[in-house]
Amino acid sequence: MIAEAGLIALWLAAALAFLQLALSALGLWGGKDELLGAVRPVAVTQGVLTAISFCALVALFLRSDMSVLLVASNSHSAKPWLYKFAGAWGNHEGSMLLWVTVMGLAGAAVALFERALRRDTHMATLAGQAAISLGFYAFLLFSSNPFARLSPAPANGQGLNPLLQDPGLAFHPPTLYLGYVGLSVAFSFAIGALLTRRVDAAFARAMRPWVLAAWVLLTLGITAGSYWAYYELGWGGWWFWDPVENASLMPWLAATALLHSVTVLATRDSLRAWTVMLAVIAFSMSMVGTFLVRSGILTSVHAFAVDPERGSFILALLAIYIGGALALFGWRVGAVREGATFRTVSRESALVMNNLLLCVILGIVLIGTLYPLMTEAFGHKVSVGAPYFDRVAGPLALALMLLMAVGPLLRWRQDQARVVAKRVAVPAVLLVLSLVVLLMVGAGTIGVLPLLGLAIAIPVGVASLAPLWKRNLLRTPLFTWGMVIAHLGCAVSLAGMACDSAFTVEKLVAARPGDTIRTAGWTLHFERIAPIAGDNWTALQADIRASRGGGAVMIKPQSRFFTLPPTTTSEAALLTRWNGQLYVVLGQEADAGRWQLRIWWKPFVTLIWLGGIMIALGGVLALIGRERRGWRHKWQKGEA
Amino acid sequence: MKALLALLLCLIAAPVAAQTALPPAPWANRQLPDPAQEKRARALMETIRCLTCQSQSVADSDASMAGDMRSEIRRRIAAGEKPKAIRAWLISRYGDWVSYEPTAAPILWPLWGAPILLLIVGVLLLRRRIGKGR
Amino acid sequence: MKRPLLLWVPLVAFVAVLLLFAGRLANPDDRVVQSRLIGQALPVFDLPAAASDRPALRSTDIGGGKPRLVNIFASWCLPCAAEAPQLMALRRAGVEIDGIAIRDARADVDAFLKKHGNPYTRIGLDARSTVQMALGSSGVPETFVIDGRGKIAHQHIGDIRADDVPKVLKQLEAAR
Repeated sequence: MIAEAGLIALWLAAALAFLQLALSALGLWGGKDELLGAVRPVAVTQGVLTAISFCALVALFLRSDMSVLLVASNSHSAKPWLYKFAGAWGNHEGSMLLWVTVMGLAGAAVALFERALRRDTHMATLAGQAAISLGFYAFLLFSSNPFARLSPAPANGQGLNPLLQDPGLAFHPPTLYLGYVGLSVAFSFAIGALLTRRVDAAFARAMRPWVLAAWVLLTLGITAGSYWAYYELGWGGWWFWDPVENASLMPWLAATALLHSVTVLATRDSLRAWTVMLAVIAFSMSMVGTFLVRSGILTSVHAFAVDPERGSFILALLAIYIGGALALFGWRVGAVREGATFRTVSRESALVMNNLLLCVILGIVLIGTLYPLMTEAFGHKVSVGAPYFDRVAGPLALALMLLMAVGPLLRWRQDQARVVAKRVAVPAVLLVLSLVVLLMVGAGTIGVLPLLGLAIAIPVGVASLAPLWKRNLLRTPLFTWGMVIAHLGCAVSLAGMACDSAFTVEKLVAARPGDTIRTAGWTLHFERIAPIAGDNWTALQADIRASRGGGAVMIKPQSRFFTLPPTTTSEAALLTRWNGQLYVVLGQEADAGRWQLRIWWKPFVTLIWLGGIMIALGGVLALIGRERRGWRHKWQKGEA
Repeated sequence: MKALLALLLCLIAAPVAAQTALPPAPWANRQLPDPAQEKRARALMETIRCLTCQSQSVADSDASMAGDMRSEIRRRIAAGEKPKAIRAWLISRYGDWVSYEPTAAPILWPLWGAPILLLIVGVLLLRRRIGKGR
Repeated sequence: MKRPLLLWVPLVAFVAVLLLFAGRLANPDDRVVQSRLIGQALPVFDLPAAASDRPALRSTDIGGGKPRLVNIFASWCLPCAAEAPQLMALRRAGVEIDGIAIRDARADVDAFLKKHGNPYTRIGLDARSTVQMALGSSGVPETFVIDGRGKIAHQHIGDIRADDVPKVLKQLEAAR
């Protein structure tokens, strides 16, 4: 019953999306103006219906209803309830339903809360959102039905992949999808603005909060994914330049560029073509990412639902939506007035250069990810990984960091080089000092990129605080605080990445219970190894007493065995201190009685994710700050 | 959503169900006594692709063939071979695919040329935007 | 005007990417890593005996006149058990087959051969996959066709199915 209800809700939502598109199209271009009044209620109802459908799927998983094919393939009644819940989106069909739900809800939110846009642009935006949703509804209903029944129903299911049985599953995909699909709103805004020829400062101001919100969620999703991979995969790495990881990074890069571009458009009514293009690219990258993950054309640790038929369907969607948007762009933007030229030393120029660097990095990640596909077409197999990306994107990212330090200190319209030089004097001196110190300490042992990274992170961090210098902190606008914290977060994250690359100490030992291991100032006493059982797994757990000049703590790395499906995972033991993390992994039995232990001391590695959270926090503050200022203006004008 | 199939696939990589009953190779999980050599070995291992996994380096993989490859790399570094020679030896066996470090093969030149091209295009676009201004 | 032309570049670039994706979907990658040594001489190796009733295997034993097969297998490998009947059939047809057991131990190899039959003339024990790497083999089972002069003529990746047997026989003929 629930499954059928969910399916019906989905069909109804699809029908409403079609209605939404038809009503707005007829209203805007068919002359039937009176129909436009119905568009917003239809959009809201559509959002509610997709939410109902999604809740139905979650209910099916929570009840372990094995008569539904999806539940039987991906769940098991013995699983903890959290993984029954999160397992709803731990598979292809469920995650596509999540995608469509977020899209529906985002459209409903635009219908309900967007007040700043002109009516025709608003309607065109909702039309765009409906048009995109239709394609994904079709994909779900015709090719990936989450509510398909299984008859006869098995007694129990095949279980969820043990690597997914982790709190990360409850957090990482939904935030990531809220981000990806949130960018669809920016895409629809761009379509709406292009269709109604309204690419201007008002459009930028209206679009900005939506972009900010999607970007914040995407940042959180990527940060969470990185941390999850770090502690779950058991090798201490936090970014692998894996195609699926790149697929999440590319929309983020585009969204970051869009965020900054929207500010220029809102303030100076310039960079129109750039802003619209970035809005189109950001969601296009989300869609390309979905294609890469689900079509199976790229080998990846993360890939699932390898199905060329589904891949073809998504490819068709890509062709229609991205092709359509880019064609619209070429056709309409030609008529849009070109903006002012900027003076060389000005905040606008810095933002333009920022856009450029971000887009070049985006291009590099895209080309690097797709390159093996291109060479395969010529019969030659290559692998492109960290050595390429680090070496090419790394320096550009560092240049971007330096720009980020200087940019906020520049005035709008025009500034003087001499005056700016005085403002950056302190960070510049810090840069030189850090370089010197690091070279003395680590020349030869630390790689070039980590050394530069750390040397740059410190002055950039200090410079990001500069906009607050000599200001009354309580009267500084919230969005300025947001900018400061987000930029500081970037520097913090960079410092963490550099420290991890430069100073990590690794030790591999084959130890017997009773052995003591010393590394990086830590003393680890391997006390015992014993079997232990959990909800749906058994494990071998090593009890290790770790101490560093003081109190000892017990850490317990495990090697876990799941039965459904049969897998072994490694649960690393992490011990976090103010200046780093001790990361211990239990491996296989080496010789009789000896066990493989991998021990890492990673100084300041947690800064990577702390920085990510700071960036997201900065975005939230900026969002609240802008919205508050908007309300205050309206209140003052007596419009509320 | 993003199913992490790494361990699962490494352990159950087609066409084998188990991988071996033997303990890991001598140098698979043991560091070389000389730290400089270990550093070179590690740097090399991180850029050699595991043959039986879905896109992982041999340094990151639990698969027993990856362990054997790590052991072989460490053994050769300890015997004095240069990392470049070991990489070339592996490429002579398995092709460019086994190395994450792009080789000098002509088919890879556009990979390095692309960023430069992008930067040039970007700077050209920039010049129309930044100048004397109004 | 330069600007309008520039505005169509993204669309053109996107169409190129679309074509690439479509091409790759139509022609999916076979995910198989071929050995680069095909056409080159068999690398030099010297392996100890893997089974109690067969001699050890040296590269010098192969390549003396008649084309033969070198089969990479292991006792822990399921598809190797599946291809055993085909190997026995090839043996009965007069083909000389040498085996290399990967990451294995003598007792397990003996048990495997007892259960599935022993088509091999010699079997070498490659406990550390070193010869497997030297040959450019990336998994088990694989079979190499070696011609009369000790050159690797062909590599068959995966188990030999019943309908692969005539193909293998033809390759052996061609390698004379």
